[in-house]
Amino acid sequence: MTAHAKAHGRSRFTWLRTISLHSVVLVLGAFIVIPLLFALVGGFKSTSQLSTNPFGLPSPWVPENYTEVLFSSSFWRQLVNSLFVALATTVILVSLAAMAAYVFARFAFRGREFLYTLFAMGLMFPFAVAILPLFVLLRTLGLLDNPFGVILPQAAFGLPLTIIILRAFFRTIPREVEEAATIDGCSAFGFFWRILLPMARPALATVSVLAIVASWNNFFLPLVIFNDPNWWTLPLGVQQFYGQYSSDTARILAYVVLAMVPALAFYAVAERQLIGGLTAGATKG
Amino acid sequence: MTRPALTDRPKTTAGMPRRAGPPAVSSARRRRFRGLATITLFLLPAFVLFGLLVLAPIAVAVYTSFFKWNGLGGLPENWIGLDNFTRMFADEVFIGDLQRGAVLIILSITIQLPLSLAIAMLLNQKMRGRAFYRLLFFAPYVLSEVITGVLFTMILSPDEGLANQILGAIGLEWLQSSWLAEPSTVMMSLFLVMTWKYFGFHMILYLAGRQGIPKELGEAAAIDGASSWEQFRYVTLPLLGPTIRISVFLSIIYSIQLFDLVWVLTGGGPVHSSETMAVTMFQFGFKRTQIGYASAISVVMFLISLVFALGYQRFVMRRDTQGAITTMGDQR
Repeated sequence: MTAHAKAHGRSRFTWLRTISLHSVVLVLGAFIVIPLLFALVGGFKSTSQLSTNPFGLPSPWVPENYTEVLFSSSFWRQLVNSLFVALATTVILVSLAAMAAYVFARFAFRGREFLYTLFAMGLMFPFAVAILPLFVLLRTLGLLDNPFGVILPQAAFGLPLTIIILRAFFRTIPREVEEAATIDGCSAFGFFWRILLPMARPALATVSVLAIVASWNNFFLPLVIFNDPNWWTLPLGVQQFYGQYSSDTARILAYVVLAMVPALAFYAVAERQLIGGLTAGATKG
Repeated sequence: MTRPALTDRPKTTAGMPRRAGPPAVSSARRRRFRGLATITLFLLPAFVLFGLLVLAPIAVAVYTSFFKWNGLGGLPENWIGLDNFTRMFADEVFIGDLQRGAVLIILSITIQLPLSLAIAMLLNQKMRGRAFYRLLFFAPYVLSEVITGVLFTMILSPDEGLANQILGAIGLEWLQSSWLAEPSTVMMSLFLVMTWKYFGFHMILYLAGRQGIPKELGEAAAIDGASSWEQFRYVTLPLLGPTIRISVFLSIIYSIQLFDLVWVLTGGGPVHSSETMAVTMFQFGFKRTQIGYASAISVVMFLISLVFALGYQRFVMRRDTQGAITTMGDQR
């Protein structure tokens, strides 16, 4: 690409470098893409074709694997459940976290650092550690087979990261803004609701995207809470479908591909918030 | 047991009428009350949720870990002291969990993270399609672990699986294996899937860190005659220190509590050869209803994470509290 490099030797060197650079990246790209393509194309084959014709295009094309999933009510049911759980988690999580982050960012009071550290330490308690006592607790509260048995714990475990990110953002909003609002007769709540939140829209978008993705992909908690297939989310559905048709590879591939679509589509739309949020979260955690 | 008392905080505020004070009360004092009311009202919901669903379960786990309890009916009654813990550390499966966790951590740090770093450095250069590759390499991170797991079960299946088909097609039949069903290859296969899913995440972290390093530093080194390797080794790498330490931290914490991928890929088998602590806990807690013993495993997992996290923050990340990246993040 450096067409006008001065020395001939150097330009050849750059050229070589470009080639090797591209080949490394291409190999890795293949490593990522081939499994996905295998699933996409494999879904259009019959299972016997998968072993006789592993690399070629399907012949004949078998769209039934896909259409059967698309016309099954359980797939759509799981999709809706996943969506509902993700949205409810996000609304609860982001509103509670925003309120707490506002206090941590804007008020000075005794015990603030202690409380903040307590929340921040929550980053180190992964689901896997708490899942069993959580199950015992939620059983006592009668929240098994209840979407809130998944939504509330997800929101609770999302609090640390969300509060950390929002607090950092709220701190960047100049104090003068708040003073001006107070002089104009704005209460603390009014400032929070009418000024701080609208100003924090980019940060709220970031944490919402993180919450949606985390909830969408959560498996462990729904696995122990939802016994009733009517409440199953997509990851549970994929696992169950795999168990049910384990010998019919092509059919499972079709299900897997269709289950991937919403996540990948969301990634395509919200890529900037997702990556921004992850890097910000990681560097502040 | 449920929720720690908020000793730091005056209890008055929640129901306090806003203008309760007689006219004599100074407005400063009234503002103070209002401040406290706001603090309590805004903090309480998050704190109740967090206390009830994050902190309390940890306490419940500690409590039940001292009992022999099948989890049915009422409270645990059969106190057995530390027996669950002594049993755990005499159990070959649990000791194996620790060893397998260590293997995954070592593999991640020596193979997966250096690979992510190298790719991040490549993608940081000017090249065609850079943005596309970045998007592509990160994509697996967005997929759920269940989807990833099921997909790779298909790819690694002994008969019509893609891996064996490819090896057969390029004349490497001797490398074919039943991957996930074979104790000698199962950990390698698991690590391969973890790399597929997670190297893009670490790459993104490194890219963000790399972009926080001012260009001038590299240019100055180049003028002083540093080769591009020397620029990387003596300028970029030290400045990436904070990012690398965080990525190592996340990778280790993830390995300690690994469950989803293993559960879907192998269920911990064949014969425990890919089992992790979380899988063992799940087996005992939810399949064999030995809640007391499974709680003890949860507690040990928790303690390992906690000791590791505190030690790591204290001794390794100590210097990074105001690292280059943190400040960059704050400007967003």
